[in-house]
Amino acid sequence: MAEAVAPPGRRVLAWAQEYGVYAAVGVLLLFNVLFTPHFLDVANFRTQLVQVAPIVIVSLGMALVIGTQGIDLSVGSVMALAAALVALYLGYGAWPALLVALVGGAVAGTAGGALVAYVGVQPIVATLALLVGVRGLANVLVPQLVEFRNPDLIALGSSSLYGVPVIVVIAAVLTLLMAFLVRRTTFGRQVVAIGGNRAASELSGLPVRRVLLLVYVVSGVLAALAGVLATARLQASDPTSLGLFIELSAITAVVVGGTPLSGGRIRVLSTVMGALLMQLLSATLIKHNLPQSWTQIVQAVIILAAVYATRERGTR
Amino acid sequence: MSQSAAPVLEARQISKRFPGVVALDGVSLALFPGEVHALVGENGAGKSTLIKVFTGVHRPDAGELIYNGSPAAFGTPLDAQRAGISTIYQEVNLVPMMSVARNLMLGREPRGRLGVIDTARMYGEAERILAGYGVVTDVRRPLRTLGMGVQQMVALARAVAIDARVVIMDEPTSSLEPREVETLFSVIRKLKDDGIAVVYVSHRLDELYAVCDRVTVLRDGKVAHTGPLAGLERLKLISLMLGRDLDEVKSGGLTRFSRDRRRAGKRDGAPPAVRAEGLTRRQVLHGVDVAVWSGEVVGLGGLLGAGRSETAKAIVGALRLDSGRVLVAGLPLRTGSTTAAVRAGAGLLPEDRKAEGIIPELSVRENIALAALPSLSRAGVVSDAKIDKVVEVFMRRLKIKAASPHQPVQELSGGNQQKVLLARWLAIRPKILLLDEPTRGIDVGAKAEVQALVDELAEEGLGVLLISSDLEELVEGADRILVMREGAVVGELSGDDVTEDKIMASIAERGAESDG
Repeated sequence: MAEAVAPPGRRVLAWAQEYGVYAAVGVLLLFNVLFTPHFLDVANFRTQLVQVAPIVIVSLGMALVIGTQGIDLSVGSVMALAAALVALYLGYGAWPALLVALVGGAVAGTAGGALVAYVGVQPIVATLALLVGVRGLANVLVPQLVEFRNPDLIALGSSSLYGVPVIVVIAAVLTLLMAFLVRRTTFGRQVVAIGGNRAASELSGLPVRRVLLLVYVVSGVLAALAGVLATARLQASDPTSLGLFIELSAITAVVVGGTPLSGGRIRVLSTVMGALLMQLLSATLIKHNLPQSWTQIVQAVIILAAVYATRERGTR
Repeated sequence: MSQSAAPVLEARQISKRFPGVVALDGVSLALFPGEVHALVGENGAGKSTLIKVFTGVHRPDAGELIYNGSPAAFGTPLDAQRAGISTIYQEVNLVPMMSVARNLMLGREPRGRLGVIDTARMYGEAERILAGYGVVTDVRRPLRTLGMGVQQMVALARAVAIDARVVIMDEPTSSLEPREVETLFSVIRKLKDDGIAVVYVSHRLDELYAVCDRVTVLRDGKVAHTGPLAGLERLKLISLMLGRDLDEVKSGGLTRFSRDRRRAGKRDGAPPAVRAEGLTRRQVLHGVDVAVWSGEVVGLGGLLGAGRSETAKAIVGALRLDSGRVLVAGLPLRTGSTTAAVRAGAGLLPEDRKAEGIIPELSVRENIALAALPSLSRAGVVSDAKIDKVVEVFMRRLKIKAASPHQPVQELSGGNQQKVLLARWLAIRPKILLLDEPTRGIDVGAKAEVQALVDELAEEGLGVLLISSDLEELVEGADRILVMREGAVVGELSGDDVTEDKIMASIAERGAESDG
C-alpha cells in the first residue's frame, strides 16, 4: 500500500497542514497583485478587512469551542440578539448598550455551555436549539430594521485609528488576546487538554465542566461583540438577517486554518488566515467577474482539502 | 509439535526501516504447524512490526515471506486473512454496538430464503460456537455490554472460525481473568491439535511457560534467541530480553522491589494519608474501608471485577457514590470532585493509559505539567520557567526517553508514557498515589524502573495504593494487602502473611465465584 512513497507524501501533508493556509493566502495575494487592477489600493484593502473582521471575531470563539470537540451554531443568532439589545438600550448611550449586548451574549453562551457541560447535551444539539431560540428572541425584541443616529456607535463602526478601521483594530487585538489565552494561560491549556482527552483531563483534576461552560461563554461574548460592530457599521439594527449563516463561515475559517474537529488543538492565527483566505477568494473571483456559484464551488474544494490535511494527521 | 514438517509460515532475513529507525534487521523465524511460538522482547524490539509484516500491514524492505512453501506478498491485511493468517490484537477490534452473534458471524451469516439473515439459526450457531470457548451468554446482547474477557473470546472464536492456518495473538490475556485465561489455554491446545500454528505475544512469563513450545526473543530488531522453551531458565529468558548479564538480573531479583522487609507506615498519631470510609455504590462497592498511611504501600488484591479499580476511582472522586466519604491527611474531600482530590494531593494512575491517562497529541512537557498547572502559573498565566524546571527534573529522575520534551506523548513507548503519567502526579507533590496496574503492558526494563520508583517514593514518605493483577508484583511491592471480592474488602494481610498463597486463599475463602 504505497508504503514507499508514504513518508515524503506525509511530510508534504504535514507541511500543508501547518502552513498551507498561509501559503494559500500568499499565493492569492500575489495573484491579485499581478492580475487584479486596483488591488493594491488602500480603499480596497480597507473594504476587505472591514468585511472580514466580524467573521474573524466570531471564528476566534468558534476555534476555542471546536478545540473542545464542540461546536457553536448559535453565533449568528447571538449577533442578532446583540443587535436587538443595542437598539433597545441605545437610549442610555452607546457604551451601556454595548455592555448590555455583551451580557446578552454571555447569557446565551452560559445557556449553551450549561446544556453541554452540566446536562450533557451534545454541543450540536444544544447550540442548534439556541440558534433557533435566540434568533426568535431577537426578532421579538426588535421585529424590524431600526436605524439609529448615535454618533458614538456610528464612530465605532466607521472611524479609524491611524488610518486603520477601528473594527479591524479590535479584531486584531482580540486575535492576539485569544492566541495568548490559548497558549499561555492555564485556562487555554486546560481547554486543549480537555479537547484532547476528556476522561484523562477529568482524572487529572481539571475543572472540566467549568472550563467547558466558560468556552461557550467566551464564544457568546465574542459573537455579541461581532454583532454590535456589524450593527455599528450598518448604522441600523437588523435582527432578522444579521449574522445569518455566519456560523458556517466561522466553522470554515477554523477548519481551513487546520484546527481539527476532533479537538485537542487550537490554531488561532491560522483560523484568522482561514477567514482571510475565504474573503480574498470570493473578492478575487468577483473582481474577475466569475459568478458567485464559482466562489462556492472553489470554497468547497478548499474545505475538503483542509479536512483531508487534518484527517491524515489523526490516522498517522 | 512437528518440527520435521515444513514450516507453514517462514520469515527469511526480513528487514524493515522507518524514518530514523531500523525496526527489523534481518529477522528470520520459522513457524511450524501445530506449534505455539512465543514471540517476546521489550517494547521497541520489533515484535509489532514483525506481526504487521506477517499480516500484510507492512511490506518488508528486504527479505521474503514464505507461506505454505511459496513466496507470499500480502498487499493488505485482508489478503493475509483470506490466506489463513488471523490476528487477535490487544485491543479487540469488533463492532461494539452490534450483537455478540452478529460480531461472531459477520460476513458469513446463515441465510434463509431470499437471502435474508436467518437470525434464529445465527443465534443458535453463535451460542454453540461460544459454548466451545466456555462462554455462556445471551448472544443477542450488544457486544459492548459484555466484559473484556468475553469480548476477547468472541474475537478469538471469530478468528479461528475463518479457517485459519496461523493465529497470531498479541497480548491476548491482558484483559482476561484467570478463569478465562484457562479457557483460552485450552482453546490454544485445541488449535495445536488441529495443526494450527500459533504466535503468542505476551509479557507474562507464566503464560509463556504454560502454553508455548518454542520461543523467539527479539531485541533491537534482531533475533536474540530462538529455540525450545522447555529447559530455558526464566532468568535466562529475561536476560535475553534485556540484553543484560545473567548475574546482573539475578542480583536484582525478578521484580525491582526491595523485598527484605515490610514497612509499617508512619502511624505516629498523624491521620492516614488517605482514609476511605464506607464507600458504597449500588452493585459496585459495598461499604469499602481503606486506609493508607504515609510511607507504606498498600496492595489491593482480588480478581478482575472485584471492585479494585472502582475503589481507586471512588477515592479520587471519579466514581459517583451513593454514600461514603474520603479523607486526605485527615481532611474530608468534597465528594465526586477529582479537582478537590487532586488539590488535596491524591492522584490516580489509571489502568487504561490510553483512554484515561495520556493526552495523546500534547507534548511530553504538557502532559507532565497538566495536573500541576495551577501551581505552575501565576494569575492564570502559565510560567514556562517553572514548567521547564519541573519537566526537566522528572524527565531525568524517571529516565523518560523522548526526543525532546516537545515530542507528542503518543509517539513514546508504553513504558515511557507510563513514566510521563507518574511524573504528572509527582509534579503535584502528592500525599497519596493510587496506582492501577502501573506495570501492565510495559516492557521489562520500564517495569523494573517503575517498581523501584514506587519503593523509593514510599521510603520518602508517600502513601501508595497499589493495584496489580500480577500477584508477584503485589506480594513483593506491598507492605500490607487488602483483598477484595465482589465490591467488598474481605481480608487484610500484613507482615509474613503477605504471600501469593495467602492472597489466593483469602480470595477463595468464602468459596464464592466471582463473575466477570
